[in-house]
Amino acid sequence: MSSEPLQVSDATFEEEILKSDIPAMVDFWAAWCGPCRAIAPVVEELARDYQGKVKVAKMNVDENAKTPAKYGIRAIPTLIIFKGGQVMEQITGAVSRSLIENALKKAL
Amino acid sequence: MPVSNYDIVIVGAGPAGLTAGIYAGRARLKTLLLEKLIHGGQVMTTDLVENYPGFPEGISGFELSDRMRKQAERFGLEFRPGEVLELEPGADGHRLLLEGEELHAGAVIIASGARHRSLGVPGEKALTGKGVSYCATCDGALYRGETIAVVGGGDTALTDTLFLCRFAKKIHLIHRRDALRGEKFLQEQVLAQEKQGKVKIHWSTVVEEIQGKQAVETLKLKNVKTGEVTPLPVAGVFIFVGITPNTAWLQGRVPLDEWGFVFTDDKMATSIPGIYAAGDVRSKLLRQIATAVGDGAIAAFAAETYLTEHRRR
Repeated sequence: MSSEPLQVSDATFEEEILKSDIPAMVDFWAAWCGPCRAIAPVVEELARDYQGKVKVAKMNVDENAKTPAKYGIRAIPTLIIFKGGQVMEQITGAVSRSLIENALKKAL
Repeated sequence: MPVSNYDIVIVGAGPAGLTAGIYAGRARLKTLLLEKLIHGGQVMTTDLVENYPGFPEGISGFELSDRMRKQAERFGLEFRPGEVLELEPGADGHRLLLEGEELHAGAVIIASGARHRSLGVPGEKALTGKGVSYCATCDGALYRGETIAVVGGGDTALTDTLFLCRFAKKIHLIHRRDALRGEKFLQEQVLAQEKQGKVKIHWSTVVEEIQGKQAVETLKLKNVKTGEVTPLPVAGVFIFVGITPNTAWLQGRVPLDEWGFVFTDDKMATSIPGIYAAGDVRSKLLRQIATAVGDGAIAAFAAETYLTEHRRR
């Protein structure tokens, strides 16, 4: 498994995230969103640190409209943690690493 | 509690704080820059900065603040996350209390900036993140092909209306006055979008309520001249009605004006020796990146001078 965040799209979301054997965290982002770019390094760190335990993925909301709409995402960055296809936690805004990590630990 | 000593502690890593950091670093002062959220401040959410000199094609807010941070770090600035809970001015240096930590500083530069103001109408708080937004560059892409509203008439409202034109089908610009306030250059572009039918400006109109069950559905608009109330169905509303300073932590410590901005003289000095303020947090005429950068340079230089004189005594 790669230690880089996995890029997912509307087409691959179900297979990669909802049907994932391990918990998954998706970072919904866009290129022009400054706060998204500010938390990107944290998401990358978590992908490395939780390799094999949590599948960390990114979805560009600018290129994918269906999935963000399905989960009612109206603000980014939004991080959603999934387990067994269910939403465990939804975090919006540029937040600290510890806040994301606490949510991840609950899903493990 | 661990205690660390610095020559200068700068609070806030927007353009003012980062510039102060560059100057303090080059003055070889032991300097710490604290930021509670993300470096860049409000600039971080600006899609394209077009009025900061040296970038004829404009530069993204993220790119500009990232460059400022790298530049400050190059000159030895220590930069880390942290929020100052309390500032205790002293005759022989100042104490800053953080969570589980105490800092002592010969001089303090307050550059904690400002944040967006809310409208304060029913429904606004409950629907924030569910259609109510204060960041067009963050959330704009989620409104592709939809009808949305922008509230305000200043530079930010106009800049972000133009940015949102890329995504939204139609934008209702709601402004309480009968003329826009933002730069003429921006006004011209917004009025051009209105001619093309992409933007509709609702003059002399205020939002009285934001309605919706799970997400924003309708705005209750009121014309302030006629008193007429009309509903406007929208998928989202972007609110840009000015800013409010991040000075709650300074109440009773440093003199503030009636809106909470910090009073300074032309050396950026507050009335407390060794405490300076720079950027949007100051009580001043024009809050721009260009003016914040000037404030930051002056504050760092004044702080350096103060430290030199203070230690000589």
